[in-house]
Amino acid sequence: MDTSFLILVLLTLPVVWAAGLLLPIPGLQRKRYAWAYSAVTSAISLTLAVIVAMNFDWSRPGDMQLSGSIDWIPSMGLSFRYGVDAISLWLILLTAVIMPVVVLSSLIEVNHDMRQFHFWLHILEAALIGTFVAQDIVLFYVCFEFTLIPLYFLIGVFGHKEKLKAARVYFLYAFTGSMLTFAGVLYVGYVGWQQTGMWTFAIADLYDIGRRMSMTEQCLVFAAMLAGFGVKTPLVPFHTWLPLAHTEAPTAGSVDLAGLVLKLGPYGLIRLAIPMLPDAALAFAPWVCVVAVIGIVYAALICRAQKDAKRLVAYSSVSHMGFVALGLFVFDPDGIAATGAVFYMLAHGLATGGLFLCIGMLYDRFHTREFGRVGGTAKFMPVWSFFFMLFVLASVGLPGLNGFPGEFLTLIGAFDSGLWWSKPMAVAGALGVILAAVYLLYMAGRMVWGTPIIPPDHAGYLEGAEHGVDPNHRHDLSWREVTTLVPVAGLCLLLGLLPMPVLRTLEAPVQGLNKPVMGLVEAEEQAAGLAGGDAGTAADAGVVMQDDRSQATGLNGVGVAGPGERSQAIPLRVVVADGVGGEGVDGDE
Amino acid sequence: MAMNEMMVKLQTLWPEMTLLIGAVACLATGLSGVWWVRKSTAVVAGVAIGVAQLFATGVIGPGLEVASEGDGHPLGLDAAVVYLKVAALAVGLVLLLVAARTPEHLKQVVTAESKAAFEPGDDFRGEFFAFFLFSLTGVLLTAGATDLVWLFLALELTSLPTYILVATGRDKAWAQESAVKYFFLGAMAAAVFLFGFALIYAASGFTTYAGIHAYVVDRAGADGGLPPLMLVGMVLAVVGVGFKIAAVPMHFYTADVYEGAAVPVTAMLAFVPKAAGFAALIGLLSLVGWRYGPDGDRLPLVLEVLIAVMAVATMTVGNVLGLMQSRVKRVLAYSSVAHSGYMLVGLLAGSSVGGGGLGNGVSAIAFYLVAYGLGTIASFAVLGCLHGPEGDEAATYDDLSGLRHRHPFLAGTLLVACLSLLGFPFTVGFIGKINLSAAGFVSGHGLVVIALVLNSAISAAYYLRIGSVCFFGKDYGTTEARYVPVRITGAIIASVMSIGLGLQGGWLESRALEAGVVAERETGSDEEAAQKAAPSAGFGGGVDGGEAVDGESRGVVSAGTLGDP
Repeated sequence: MDTSFLILVLLTLPVVWAAGLLLPIPGLQRKRYAWAYSAVTSAISLTLAVIVAMNFDWSRPGDMQLSGSIDWIPSMGLSFRYGVDAISLWLILLTAVIMPVVVLSSLIEVNHDMRQFHFWLHILEAALIGTFVAQDIVLFYVCFEFTLIPLYFLIGVFGHKEKLKAARVYFLYAFTGSMLTFAGVLYVGYVGWQQTGMWTFAIADLYDIGRRMSMTEQCLVFAAMLAGFGVKTPLVPFHTWLPLAHTEAPTAGSVDLAGLVLKLGPYGLIRLAIPMLPDAALAFAPWVCVVAVIGIVYAALICRAQKDAKRLVAYSSVSHMGFVALGLFVFDPDGIAATGAVFYMLAHGLATGGLFLCIGMLYDRFHTREFGRVGGTAKFMPVWSFFFMLFVLASVGLPGLNGFPGEFLTLIGAFDSGLWWSKPMAVAGALGVILAAVYLLYMAGRMVWGTPIIPPDHAGYLEGAEHGVDPNHRHDLSWREVTTLVPVAGLCLLLGLLPMPVLRTLEAPVQGLNKPVMGLVEAEEQAAGLAGGDAGTAADAGVVMQDDRSQATGLNGVGVAGPGERSQAIPLRVVVADGVGGEGVDGDE
Repeated sequence: MAMNEMMVKLQTLWPEMTLLIGAVACLATGLSGVWWVRKSTAVVAGVAIGVAQLFATGVIGPGLEVASEGDGHPLGLDAAVVYLKVAALAVGLVLLLVAARTPEHLKQVVTAESKAAFEPGDDFRGEFFAFFLFSLTGVLLTAGATDLVWLFLALELTSLPTYILVATGRDKAWAQESAVKYFFLGAMAAAVFLFGFALIYAASGFTTYAGIHAYVVDRAGADGGLPPLMLVGMVLAVVGVGFKIAAVPMHFYTADVYEGAAVPVTAMLAFVPKAAGFAALIGLLSLVGWRYGPDGDRLPLVLEVLIAVMAVATMTVGNVLGLMQSRVKRVLAYSSVAHSGYMLVGLLAGSSVGGGGLGNGVSAIAFYLVAYGLGTIASFAVLGCLHGPEGDEAATYDDLSGLRHRHPFLAGTLLVACLSLLGFPFTVGFIGKINLSAAGFVSGHGLVVIALVLNSAISAAYYLRIGSVCFFGKDYGTTEARYVPVRITGAIIASVMSIGLGLQGGWLESRALEAGVVAERETGSDEEAAQKAAPSAGFGGGVDGGEAVDGESRGVVSAGTLGDP
């Protein structure tokens, strides 16, 4: 049975939900009704996402599945091509999980324009899912870009003090970057037109076209893509929009931004830029990694200087996303670092999302989140403090929680990479892990431990008083808030304790997307081996390390059965022309 | 024979003739002593445009493609001509909706809403619509021009009524000031391009497109170069016509004139002369054609550099100056300058490459003209629905502040219009920008495309500022809405179409792509064609030129599908 229609349903459902909010039903203007409507509908979307995941053949996670195509503007070569592989599907699941959570969390904070708020949340979900399922580059770009509009409104209408500035700065930064991406994307299409006389924007076709471009062209297009995706990621020095946007956004906006929208940048890099422009990716790799490492350390130092908890978490996102960028560009032989980086995207979404949720709950109560004005919460808000510490430790990268496997694999991969510059990067990156512990635990110390400092209650909180979990502590979490946090915390724990199922499914697609670059690295190493005498020992060392690791993590040992096998073979130069996107076609046969 | 040709020619002019008849009818009904007849003047104008559209699309009458049964457009632009005429009429109808109540409102202001008895000398309703239709006729004639004299007259027919509309559309001293400024600068521009036309005539010996084209083909075949006189003439013509599209260096009037005119008239100024200007430029540049350069797909170098520089300068100047304005009308005025810059990119690629596919410059312009028209008309229409406490127009960002709270629909319409002008996904402007950028790449001007996308980013700053103040700003309550139902209808139609064509733009896109197809008319012998053209020079008989190739003329079959439902 062809189940590809499920993707379309998944994509259109949030739009339908959003449209439902526009209906002239007076009840929807009331706060709780709109909230309940949104909670139920986003839960239905989550259910559907799970159904999609069940229809996905997990035995071949690297293939494009549930794919299809609908004509959009055929005369321009545009069509609505969609499909998912494991990377897309995990990100879709993350999106679908985060959405009901942010809806649940928003009850106290958002107290006006309820319809508009939930409308934009649903639209954002649709745009995110659209970006992840798009197999046409213009469709990808359209959805990628369209995420700006809901966030623009979420920040601008529902944000805090500097919301206007934050909304505009965010929009302008992202729009400027992605306009360059747009030019780059069109240029690849144009090269395809030059070669074949046909305009095509199918990602699978553009892989082949991009790889055939000259080095100069590849570098220019790569730079253009980096402009858009780097701003979104964000890479230093294009990160300055992030603290502003995250801090001024309402909790829901911050969680969506940090948890989901930031992922669009690395996703674009691994889905488009790296497989399409392998030569340029390899040439840019050291520079991207340097920038990423600078970001890791620099943002960590800024974090240490923050007094506002939300700003601190916002800057910590810059630091943590540096790991993702580092992992994507060290190109170790088995794609360990890149797999770790993609895993870390999911982990960071949950952990940072959880932190923003906690801080939002604190802000609901006291309208402050500054160190020194609120503190010692362990005494008067024990349940909140428990969750907060859990997310802090997850962010720090404590083994057993979700932050650890991603960071660890990223650094392992960086050490393991055959590229000469990757080891210093790994060392510097590891420094970032320590710094993360420093600033996050410093924050936890100021907020959670010590003598209680209880600021006066905020009026809005008293109005919306809810049943607390803990009758002894008036300020502690309500049942609703616990329900909000439990799924996120549970997933943090689950991904920390059992990362293998996810890692195993991410490995094949990541290796598939990295194949062209790996081919180049391989060729380079062979050339170096022919030239220099030390190559033999280096290769031996590599083999030993590889064996060690497969025992240690089981990553290589388990492997993937069936069609996935071919992605395990380290590709040679010959298979470079073999499009990754073509696998989807093969897989369907 | 001559009689027969005349008839064929006239058949293609049915839309223009209908508009002229409508204009005369408007003058008559506008002066009628009967109240409801006067009141119906706008309806008469609307019916005239509607009937003209039926002729243009071939629903009634022979359709415009009859020309190809004869010889067609001497440069093979038949499809583009039909498209431009149909598009101008369609957008013109929306413009009419926006402008319909302008004279009435003006009269209310003049007579201070007194129930003064009708005085023929006091009423200008008829003129307003008559001039509107005259101007629209000018656009259609410009699109169909096949002779430089005809082109000049058609361009002036487009512009002259607008001078009067600017002066009389608003009861303010600065409206007259704008009109005078517009008139003198317009006259100067006319002198510039007329001088250009004269030089082209001096170089080639023809005023007909067919004759000039044959001469150019001949020269290109001989030594690959055009004489300097011809090139100077072309440069002057392009720069002069640049006034109509408000391109640098002829953009200086834009902000002042747009600000001085009544809002609906401004909306018209932002579209009608621009449509005429681009129609004229497509025709003029097709004369020398896109067949120079190493690959044989470029304009002559001088013109290519000129247009590339004009495009980049126009979009940059427009956006940077737009960014610095504090009055919304001036912002939109400069944004319209910037959009001309974007569209000029299409002229670099022209019609010779990527014929019938993405990357064709003429189709890119054809598509973008509609996209831009819808966006700009919707935004001006919203401004036209707002007024300050003393009945003056909403002018500053502060006047728009918090519009969402009082008039959510107006705010939403304005936002959609701004996003479309910005070229944001899911709006028609986005597809337009894909077209223009593709054309830029195809013409080999990657840097111009980079300038285009960076300029879009600059423009985001002021479009977003408009959206921001409407939606996030504090409500100062300084403006009130003047709910003019037809005007709001026009705004809503324009913004709904901006989204609709953005989501499902295939319909318009395939028509625009058809418009870019150049019907090939291989001149068997250039000299022969030139000789054929010679007798008719100066008599408007441009259709004669291609007679030698009648058999090879493919015409444009697809053009006929425009009218199909």
